[in-house]
Amino acid sequence: MTAVDDRPEVEIGQARRRKEDHRLITGRTRWTDNIQLPGMLHLAMVRSPFAHATITSIDTSEAAAAPGVIAVFTGKDIADIQGVNITAWPLSANQKTPTHLPVPLERVSHAGEIVAIVAARSAALARDAAELVDVDYDELPAVLDLKEAATDAVLAHPDLGTNKSDVWTLDSAAAGTGGDVDEAIAKARETGVVIEREYRQQRLIPAFMEPRSTVVDPTGEQVVMWTATQVPHVLRFCIAATTGLPESKIRVIAPDVGGGFGGKLQSTPEEFATLAVARKLGRPCKYTETRSETMVSGHHGRDQWQRLTLCATKDGTVTGLKVDLLADLGAYAALVGGGVPVLGAWMFNAIYKFPAYRFTTSNYYTNKTWVDAYRGAGRPEATYAIERLMDELAAEVGVDAIAIREKNWIKHDEFPFTTVAGMTYDSGNYEAATERALELFGYDALRAEQAQRRASGDPVQLGIGVSTFTEMCGLAPSRILGALNYGAGGWENASIRMLSTGTVEVLTGASAHGQGHETAFSQIVADRLGVPFDSVEVLHGDTQISTKGMDTYGSRSLVVGGEALVRAADKVIEKARPIAAHLLEASADDVEFSAGTFTVRGTEKGISITDVALQTWTGHNLPDGVEPSLDADATFDPDNFSFPHGTHLCAMEVDTETGATRMRSYVCVDDIGTVINPLIVEGQVHGGLAQGIGQALFEGAEYDDQGTLTTGSLVDYTIPSAADLINFVTDRTTTPATYTSLGTKGVGEAGTIASTPAVVNAVVDAVRHLGVNDIVMPCTPERVWKAIQHAGSAANGGAQ
Amino acid sequence: MIPVAFEYVAPTSVADALGALAAAGDDGKVIAGGQSLLPVLRMRLNAPETVIDLGRIESLRGIRDGGDHLVIGAMTPHAEVLASDLVREHAAVLHEAVATVADPQIRHRGTLGGAVVHADPAGDLGAPLLALDATMVIVGPGGERTVPATEFYHDIFATAVGDGELLTEVRIPKHTGWGAAYEKFTRAAQQWAIIGVAATVRTQGGQIVEAKVGLTNMGSTPVRARAAEADLVGRHADDCGQACGRAAEGTNPPSDLNGDADYRRHLAGVLTARAVRAAMAG
Repeated sequence: MTAVDDRPEVEIGQARRRKEDHRLITGRTRWTDNIQLPGMLHLAMVRSPFAHATITSIDTSEAAAAPGVIAVFTGKDIADIQGVNITAWPLSANQKTPTHLPVPLERVSHAGEIVAIVAARSAALARDAAELVDVDYDELPAVLDLKEAATDAVLAHPDLGTNKSDVWTLDSAAAGTGGDVDEAIAKARETGVVIEREYRQQRLIPAFMEPRSTVVDPTGEQVVMWTATQVPHVLRFCIAATTGLPESKIRVIAPDVGGGFGGKLQSTPEEFATLAVARKLGRPCKYTETRSETMVSGHHGRDQWQRLTLCATKDGTVTGLKVDLLADLGAYAALVGGGVPVLGAWMFNAIYKFPAYRFTTSNYYTNKTWVDAYRGAGRPEATYAIERLMDELAAEVGVDAIAIREKNWIKHDEFPFTTVAGMTYDSGNYEAATERALELFGYDALRAEQAQRRASGDPVQLGIGVSTFTEMCGLAPSRILGALNYGAGGWENASIRMLSTGTVEVLTGASAHGQGHETAFSQIVADRLGVPFDSVEVLHGDTQISTKGMDTYGSRSLVVGGEALVRAADKVIEKARPIAAHLLEASADDVEFSAGTFTVRGTEKGISITDVALQTWTGHNLPDGVEPSLDADATFDPDNFSFPHGTHLCAMEVDTETGATRMRSYVCVDDIGTVINPLIVEGQVHGGLAQGIGQALFEGAEYDDQGTLTTGSLVDYTIPSAADLINFVTDRTTTPATYTSLGTKGVGEAGTIASTPAVVNAVVDAVRHLGVNDIVMPCTPERVWKAIQHAGSAANGGAQ
Repeated sequence: MIPVAFEYVAPTSVADALGALAAAGDDGKVIAGGQSLLPVLRMRLNAPETVIDLGRIESLRGIRDGGDHLVIGAMTPHAEVLASDLVREHAAVLHEAVATVADPQIRHRGTLGGAVVHADPAGDLGAPLLALDATMVIVGPGGERTVPATEFYHDIFATAVGDGELLTEVRIPKHTGWGAAYEKFTRAAQQWAIIGVAATVRTQGGQIVEAKVGLTNMGSTPVRARAAEADLVGRHADDCGQACGRAAEGTNPPSDLNGDADYRRHLAGVLTARAVRAAMAG
């Protein structure tokens, strides 16, 4: 690593409160729905109640005649300009990809698809009129179950001829990164142990606080779209690529955006439909969805079956892992939906160094809401599987859950380490994080209590769950993305503009939606340029201001965007140095820069960088050949992913009489490299844990036999609230990343990735002695109780 | 989340409210706190032409001592019921149950009468009112009538309150000195009950003299666990388990995402035992 220890540490590491929070918390800010434009119309969407149906007719006459209605549009009315919701990540040239029209013309493929749009003078009038649109459908057979989809008995898209989108494999023997997994399994069947399991990754629904909202102003030379998105730059590309609008005529603005968690990493039908209607009418239009619309129309996450075969020697040394995934894409491939399971391909092997591995994902379409990235995107699924399997292996060979991991993990002195999946982990220290976590958790005492409760037959049993996770984030090296057939790069851009009066504008292509970029990035720039924190203004989320960017997802903003910022700052310093030398009447070689001031080596003579900025602005006295500008721009394309890791320990109490679970304690020690702002890190970890616990215990999208989402509101789709959670104990170890100057790793997804298996491992551990070795997520009281009953009756049956 | 437009009427007397109801006919809907009605309107699951707000009728609000019983006005917010010393002393199981209703904000807006007439089988207040043998007072064009709680609940979202009528108060016989507990079982902190058990018991020397148990969400209406009640008489804390196991007899619980009917029946037995023991201990 470079330069981590010799940089000024004035701001980096300070637990500053976030400068953006006042406006975000009070809501007195630029949420998209707060934007009002002269003459603006409001849209309401008419959505399909059917999972799969042919649209036979749409009668819009009554709606069009309703009070305040300006126009009603069907898909056919906007077909010439509506564009397509494209996929950026076809897994191969053979991938079957249904065309995803924002407003379908002939056939709807999931309940909630838009079939008509009402434009009216107010949102209320639009909503009233939407109920008057009369759509006739011919229902088609719908395929809703992933395993049924794999049989092709019923087709989600009859024109494709199959539900299978694509199959993608990573085989260590073929890739030369390891041995043949089938041989390893065959050997273990003779002389070792083989653990075979099938785990369900249930379908989840992102629950960002701000529902999605879009305003389009088509008046003038340029089309401006304000939208609640994570990806304004990617969205502009998608619009330009499919609607006929030149990219140079499109300005996309993500103003303040209230959360995303991947759910706003999309080009949505709603955005494209709003754009099309605004262009047709030549007037500004706004569409803001209800939560119920979010839940049927915004993309979902997870939804996989995982068939897993882990083999090991009798002492618990893992010798191979075979992963067969079935992934439900829902009705469409989405922006990166097909690639989400692939992102897990390098993570099933996790922190372990076994020699043989094969990963296969088979992706299928169904007539359900489309599936795409949701916090962690592929990596939580993989981490869940391997961390659950390690507990199963520990139980099988009779080794403690910590000891089985220690036996198999990569040792600190073995870094950098190239894994069986072919990824090179640059740094890590699993020993240190685990030691600290065990200490904070009181592991031995809790194990003793567990033994005592088991011995006494206490109706409330105690379980301990372990998750020693790692993940790959900081997306991503562009050449690797290219090799994976992904349609874009993974670089990030930053610009710094030194203003004449001493303040600094920072432009980042990483578009924040709640992460705290403005604070963290200000801290980095304040340190680097030696200017006050409050003098730095971070601008983002506007393709006309931060013109280049790849946006925010995959725990990338700080790792990739932060490094771009450092490089831009260093360019500013180097541009300022000759000017400073000129003003100080010294040679540039003799001028040093430290804490915001250029000084002539060995003298008291100096000038601040902000004074240099003012002198540059006037241009009165610059050295020959130097341009009057102290702005700089840098684009960083990382050489590697970043690999945060950590040890999470969870204690769960299980009431065996009711199946109710109660979290007793949760300790996590994360290693995310250098920390810029510990308060922001805490927020990310706490929120991430809540989301991962949500998957383990609370959340799951459910459909009825007709393809109607029965968990269509936050009454039925249960997300945990503060009252459902406990005080988390968090701590960190620090092992900096080696390929960036800051040494940061990502933290945005860590808590979510790590916590789900920790919690489920704890629940299973509490009742394992009763014969339970799995409980399907979410581990509701009913499921826990039934697992105990089933295991009990199976055990009794076996005894007879 | 925009309701269909409606007329809003806010009478200040029961007579005016009955007049407004009569005028609105089938298209009128009473709002009594709005914690259930407003989401229904906003999601357009119902679209009344007139909404009649009882919130300004002072005579419908408050808790008083009626001698051998308590009188709770229909428009008394949950928070006032929860804070009432009278309720705590003479109708403790209602106090225990109302403490579990939603969150403080909702308890300050939602009312006892509103919840009772809404008659959601997963609501927490029917079971304790049944257990306490409460009487509902209903007024209509024909005057006032009283209906015992056992006859009040007809079906899911349906009660003895007919078209053009209002619930004005709930009368609760004093259960002074009775132990009480409400076991609400949910899988998230703020959620409708998967099931709930309201138990109130009179004991002498550690022995049950009389037990009353109301069940939440074990059918389309709140129900009494009569078989368990009868079997509990004469039992002690340590030998009441089998009697409590009969709590689900005669019930017809629903099956949904949170649990099937068999699981609910099992929970009824376990939670009745816990509620009864807690009531005896309290």
